[in-house]
Amino acid sequence: MSDLRELYQEVILDHHKRPRNFHKLEDANRHAEGFNPLCGDKIQLYLRVEDGIVRDAGFEGSGCAISTASASLMTEMLKGKTEAESEALFEKFHDLVTGKSMPDSASLGKLAVFSGVREYPVRVKCAVLAWHTLRAALQGSLERVATE
Amino acid sequence: MKSTEEITSGKFAGTGPSIDVERVRRDFPLLEEKVHGRKLAYLDNAATTQKPRQVIDAMMQFYTSGCSNVHRGVHLLSERATANYESARSRLRRFINARDDREIVFVRGATEAINLVASSFGKAHVKPGDEILITGMEHHSNIVPWQVVCEERGARLRVVPINLAGELLVEEYEKLLNPRTSLVAVTHVSNALGTVNPVRHIVEMAHRNGTPVLIDGAQAVQHLRVDVQALDCDFYAFSGHKMYGPTGIGVLYGKERWLESMPPYQAGGDMITSVTFEKTIYAKLPHKFEAGTPDIAGVIGLGAAVDYLESLGVDRIAEHEHALLEYGTKVLQAVPGVRIIGTAPGKTSVLSFTLEGVHPHDVGTILDQEGIAIRTGHHCAQPVMDFFRIPATARASLALYNTREELDTLAAGLRRVAEVFN
Repeated sequence: MSDLRELYQEVILDHHKRPRNFHKLEDANRHAEGFNPLCGDKIQLYLRVEDGIVRDAGFEGSGCAISTASASLMTEMLKGKTEAESEALFEKFHDLVTGKSMPDSASLGKLAVFSGVREYPVRVKCAVLAWHTLRAALQGSLERVATE
Repeated sequence: MKSTEEITSGKFAGTGPSIDVERVRRDFPLLEEKVHGRKLAYLDNAATTQKPRQVIDAMMQFYTSGCSNVHRGVHLLSERATANYESARSRLRRFINARDDREIVFVRGATEAINLVASSFGKAHVKPGDEILITGMEHHSNIVPWQVVCEERGARLRVVPINLAGELLVEEYEKLLNPRTSLVAVTHVSNALGTVNPVRHIVEMAHRNGTPVLIDGAQAVQHLRVDVQALDCDFYAFSGHKMYGPTGIGVLYGKERWLESMPPYQAGGDMITSVTFEKTIYAKLPHKFEAGTPDIAGVIGLGAAVDYLESLGVDRIAEHEHALLEYGTKVLQAVPGVRIIGTAPGKTSVLSFTLEGVHPHDVGTILDQEGIAIRTGHHCAQPVMDFFRIPATARASLALYNTREELDTLAAGLRRVAEVFN
């Protein structure tokens, strides 16, 4: 059970039950769709980017606790960040969940709660789905992102 | 003697002493494994079954003392390998009661069997404007090959709908059959729902329409006795690894007259009688469809799997699994928030379910920590998930070696999942 608590931390369960920014952005100027064909998780990500800064973010879709909480926390963290900062955050997050390195928790903020994912390699895709979708939205790609 | 409908509806009468589960479990070395320090409860048998020692030993024996190519060479080992290979074919023919060994084609699995028919039958018999009829509960492997054929041949794919219990709407099926229907491809047992389809009836109606039928038996042969002559189906496809045999080997049964009418699927050695640069004469059935050196060890292992199933008796296995299904349905329904997906009266031992407020993926991860192996996801049947308006299910699928105790462990595990999430 202790291991599971490592993965399913309170913050994750909370964001799963009550996802933040869980809505379409009517004034979004960036949008991308993410899909994990392995488990059927789907996400629609909406961003309003002005002067290179993410002003607002929202998402819709269905997924497991890890992917929903990841999208929820991501949209919270993005607001006010530049596109470059958002990209850099993805890199750090990716390193965290794949166990590649242990980034300093200060730069990750709340995202540090996903550290448990590295013990569950098959769940990494759940954690990064929203972030891959973010990258596609920032790059203006119109193709659906699939984590396969 | 049971009627075919009785056999295919998943209802079974007693047939002597039931299976001694504790004894058969000892045949499966993997069941001794620990997972995350827990006793393994392997409930993912619809994905693949574990292999009994008898199968592993037969393959080991081939590689350690019998390895040789087949249908070539005059030396003793080659003769022996050929005899073993062809003997396995005969046992498989008897296993599904085909008329002739020539109707048993070895392939990599049910997927390749279906692709073979799609490609070769398609070339020979599907014309522009034709229709291929499948159902709403097919595995992707019995959808996509037909989409490809339809694309290539200018034909149209049509789909028989299902109801909320997960049963085929037979009256809709009858309406969809028409003079343009060139093939019906239907699963015998749904991998995602466990539904046993009334395939005898389906074949009868198709034949009345002059249409041949392919049955995907990947989820059937290990659970219920299949008699292809009684079913009168034209093709029957199944995989070895879901019936306690090795991975990478399977069978396509085809009525001789259909197989004769179809061009080879792949070309190369072993499928020819003579080759010159001007003209090649193809080999006779079944070798016409077995190009190249086959998976000899796989075939020998599959033969051993058939022997193993026959030694226990498919009817007794079915009886054991049916009792497990009833017990499992009861204990799962007692877990708050569980909804069973697939509630047809005629089912094999598949328990697909959702747990309220928890995604199946999370259910799977938590159960895994308890040593319980189940499948989560869309089970390669996305249209089925779409029909039930769910992204995925958790699926426990039971085999001859599973026990009530393991189902209790599953139910307890699901209560732990609810604990973590509340």
